[in-house]
Parts: sequence; structure tokens; C-alpha cells
Amino acid sequence: MNTAVIVKYAIDLVAVLLLALGIKGLSKVRSAREANRLAAVAMALAVLGVLVDSFAGGISSTAWSWIIGGTIVGGLLGAITAQRVPMTSMPEIVALFNGCGGMSSLLVALGVALFPVMGAEGESRIVEEISIVISVFVGSITFTGSIVAMAKLQGWLSTPPWMQSKARHVVNIALAVVSLIAAIEMIRNGGSGLWLLVVASALLGVGVTLPIGGADMPVVISLLNSYSGVAAAAAGFVVGSQLLIVAGAMVGAAGLILTQVMCNGMNRSLVSVLFGGALGASSSSSGGGGEYVNITSCSAEECALTLEAAERVIIVPGYGLAVAQAQHTLREVTRSLESAGIEVAYAIHPVAGRMPGHMNVLLAEADVPYEQLKEMDVINPEFPATDVVLVLGANDVVNPQAKTDPNSPLYGMPVLDVQQARTVFVVKRGMSAGYSGIKNDLFELANTSMLFGDAKKVLGDLLGELKELGVGKK
Amino acid sequence: MSFLSEALWVLLLGSLLGLELIGKVPPTLHTPLMSGANAISGITVLAALTLIIKAGNDGNTPLLALGAVSLGFALFNVIGGFLVTDRMLAMFSRKSARKENR
Repeated sequence: MNTAVIVKYAIDLVAVLLLALGIKGLSKVRSAREANRLAAVAMALAVLGVLVDSFAGGISSTAWSWIIGGTIVGGLLGAITAQRVPMTSMPEIVALFNGCGGMSSLLVALGVALFPVMGAEGESRIVEEISIVISVFVGSITFTGSIVAMAKLQGWLSTPPWMQSKARHVVNIALAVVSLIAAIEMIRNGGSGLWLLVVASALLGVGVTLPIGGADMPVVISLLNSYSGVAAAAAGFVVGSQLLIVAGAMVGAAGLILTQVMCNGMNRSLVSVLFGGALGASSSSSGGGGEYVNITSCSAEECALTLEAAERVIIVPGYGLAVAQAQHTLREVTRSLESAGIEVAYAIHPVAGRMPGHMNVLLAEADVPYEQLKEMDVINPEFPATDVVLVLGANDVVNPQAKTDPNSPLYGMPVLDVQQARTVFVVKRGMSAGYSGIKNDLFELANTSMLFGDAKKVLGDLLGELKELGVGKK
Repeated sequence: MSFLSEALWVLLLGSLLGLELIGKVPPTLHTPLMSGANAISGITVLAALTLIIKAGNDGNTPLLALGAVSLGFALFNVIGGFLVTDRMLAMFSRKSARKENR
């Protein structure tokens, strides 16, 4: 063991420690930002470790120029993308980054498969082949799956009808079988099944992700994030790096936990997200759908008048707010309410928006004080003492059916008890159902009024009406 | 075989560590945590680097190019991921700082 090797081991150990502390720190609001930096430092250390280790063997100048080239292109693009992307498209960007991580693992495995540079022979050759197969398989699925997820969230792609039929299961199973055959062929005969494996698993990534509805996309992105960890760990086996294996395994496991948390919040099992398709398709026949009667709709003026007379207002933000990018207009409305002495709080359902925590990020961007964001368990007892609830583009998370109707597919899902407030205003683009396709009894209640329209436009009108009423003027 | 058995232990312990690390997370932090974990999964930079260095010693140009592309993708993930996470978290910390100043 020469000095370089010892130094590398020391650096690796520190890097693993910092990575673990980083992930742990990210789970607390106070330490999150430092933790993120800690993880970044750990990553830099890990890179340093590889360079130190290879320094003894010498790094050729051609290698350096390729390293620098790749670093500049990838790093610059990453930095620019991170600065430019609006906060509302956070889920898409996480999907994009994630897909690129998967692509990287895939390319490494391809490289080692095409040019056997690692010098493995005999039994270790078989281990290497198996690692390559796993890395290629998971890497391809992660890449195509993430890109499809991003395209669907951006609205670039919609699901073709046949993908929603049962036929997709047949196609996906066939693709999985082809991947398996190609993998076995590759391990037994060395390399010949490689391209078939790449194509089949890439198509499988598309086939699995494409039928999944918008509401379930966050779960899928979180799962794909977990996969990219697995792909990294597999790449670690391929190039013989324990640091890579640890980090990959940690991300893989942490991603699984997060996926599970998201599923719990939506009262869905992972299996039904992945294989069930759109929830609405199966539930509408079982009495979940139905026509709305007794809908009260009202104008922005009436809503403004009610708000003016209120003492306590709770805002329930949802997907519609994010789509309309209305968080800044909302903040102006709440500012004028606050300056009129009206108490304002925000009720954050764990899965409101497209991802858990999505609403917090959006509202923080619009300068909403952190302490006004209340979690579901905290705010639920406060609804009976609230004058006005403003529901902005949220639907399923405020559906009382989840508590009252044992036959509802939503039954058991934790929801916000907004109907207990004196008056409820629901801002919504139309009477279409939420993600789940289930009728929302809240809309028919006597104390509920609907304000139809895009959240940003409605809030803009509301702001105008409030100004006319002189609310918040000093 | 010794690398394999060591590596499998590392895999097992790493997975257990990952399961334990994020037992309790406030929903507020789910998106930043996901984004941060995603940046960490770009640790395949190490694999890409190793590949480039090996290819450089062998003078294997196609592999060098492949490694460089792989490095680019991984760094896009790492740098972009950490910066985006920082951007999200910066908004939270500004809020809490103001709260303390009041």
C-alpha cells in the first residue's frame, strides 16, 4: 500500500461520512442548506480521491483534455440550467437531472462492455458482466423514464389511447422478457446481447412511464431517482469503486423511503401507481363519478366582499396554483388582507401540487413567511374557527368523501377539513374532476362557492376588487 | 472474490444507512431532499473519471470520448442538482432569518 492509496482511502472515508451527514441534514429545515453544501463538498472530495489514486499510475495529457472538456460542457450547462429554471418547473428539472445521471451510468457500463479495460478475468469477469447488465438495464430505464416524465409534466407528450388499455401490460412484459433474454445472452456469450438490452430496456422505461397520470408523476420521479442510485451502485461494481457503491446504495434506499412517503400521502400503493394506470378509469364505474347538482358560483366581487369582512382566512394552494404560476398574485392578495388586519395562514397538504413540498417552495419564492405555512395536522383543528377558506386549484386533498364515504376510492386518505369553515371559495378552471377523477362533495355544500377561471386571473380580479373596496390601504 | 464480498457488504450497509438516514422528514423538505439526493446520485462522475483515465493510458480514443460524454452527463446532474437544491433552500433560510430579526 503506497501513500497515494492510503490518502485515497482517507479521502473516501471522509467523503462517505460527509455524504451521510449531508442527507441527514437535508431532513431538517435549519440545517438543510449547510447539508446540501456539505454533500457538494463530499462530492468534490470524492473526485479528488479518484484523481489522487490515479496520479501514481499517471494521468495522460489526452485524458486530462477529455476530462476538462467534459467538465466544462456538463458543468456549465448544469449551472446555467439550475439558475434559469423557474421554480414552478422544479419537478421537471429534477426529472431531467435524474435522467442524465442514469445516462451517465449507462454510458460507463457501455464503455466497459465494448472495451474491456478493467482487465477482469475468470470469475470476476462474470461479476463484471452481471454488473454491466444491471447498470445498462437500470440506467436505460432511468434515462428514458425520466425524460418521458419530464415531457409529460411539461405537456410535450400525452398518453396515446392504446397505452391506457390492457395491451400495454403485454407490451411491457414482452419488453421485460426481451431484456432478460438479452441479458442472459450477454452474460453467457459476452457482449452479443448488449444492443438488444439497451434498446429493450430503453423502450421499457418509456412503456412503464408513459401511461402514468400527472398526479402520480412525482411518485414516479422519486422512484426513478431511487433507480439512478441503483444504477450508480451498479456502475460502482463495474469500475470497482466502493465509494460509488455506498453513495448509490444510500440514494437508492433514501429514494425508496421518499417514494413510500409520497404514496402514503396519496393513499395509494406503489403497485397501483405503477400498474393501475389512471385511477379515474376504474373508479368512475364504481360510483365515484356522477353529475354535480346545487353548484353555487360567484364573482370575484362577492368573494372580495366576504374576504373583507373576515377575521381569519386560510389559503389552500394546489396544483392549479402551480400551473397558473399565480403564487406572486396570491402573495399580493394576502398582503393586502394582512395590512387590513386579517389573519392569513396557508394549509399545506403533504401532497398538494406535483410533489410533496412543492407548495412550500412555490410560496417561499413568492416571499410568504415560513411560519404562515401550516401542515395538515396543525391546521385541521383550526378550520371551525375560520371565516373564509380560499381553495386554489386543489381538489382531491379537500374532498370530504375521504372521511365520510367508505366506498370512495379516496376513503382513508388524509384531507384538509375545509368544509368546517364558515365559507369556502373554490377557485377552479372548470367542473372537471381532480387527478383521481372522483367527484368532490365539497363543491355541492351550501357554504361553498365556486370561482371559475385560471387561478392567476381570478386572483388578479380579486386583487382589483379588494383595492376598490379600500382593503389594506392605510 | 475478495472485492466482490467486500463490495456486497458495502452495498448492504450503504442501503441500511440510506433507509435510516431519512426516517423523518418534514413535507416541506421533500422536494429539496429529492433534488439533493438526485445530485448525489450523479456520483457516477467517479466511474466516468476512472474510465477516462484508464482509456487515456491505453490511448483508446473512442472510449475517451464515451467517458467524456458520460462525465458531462454526470456533472450536469451533480452541479445542476446541487445548485437547484441550494436555490430552493435559500428561499427557506431567508424566511427564517427574517423571522429571527423581527
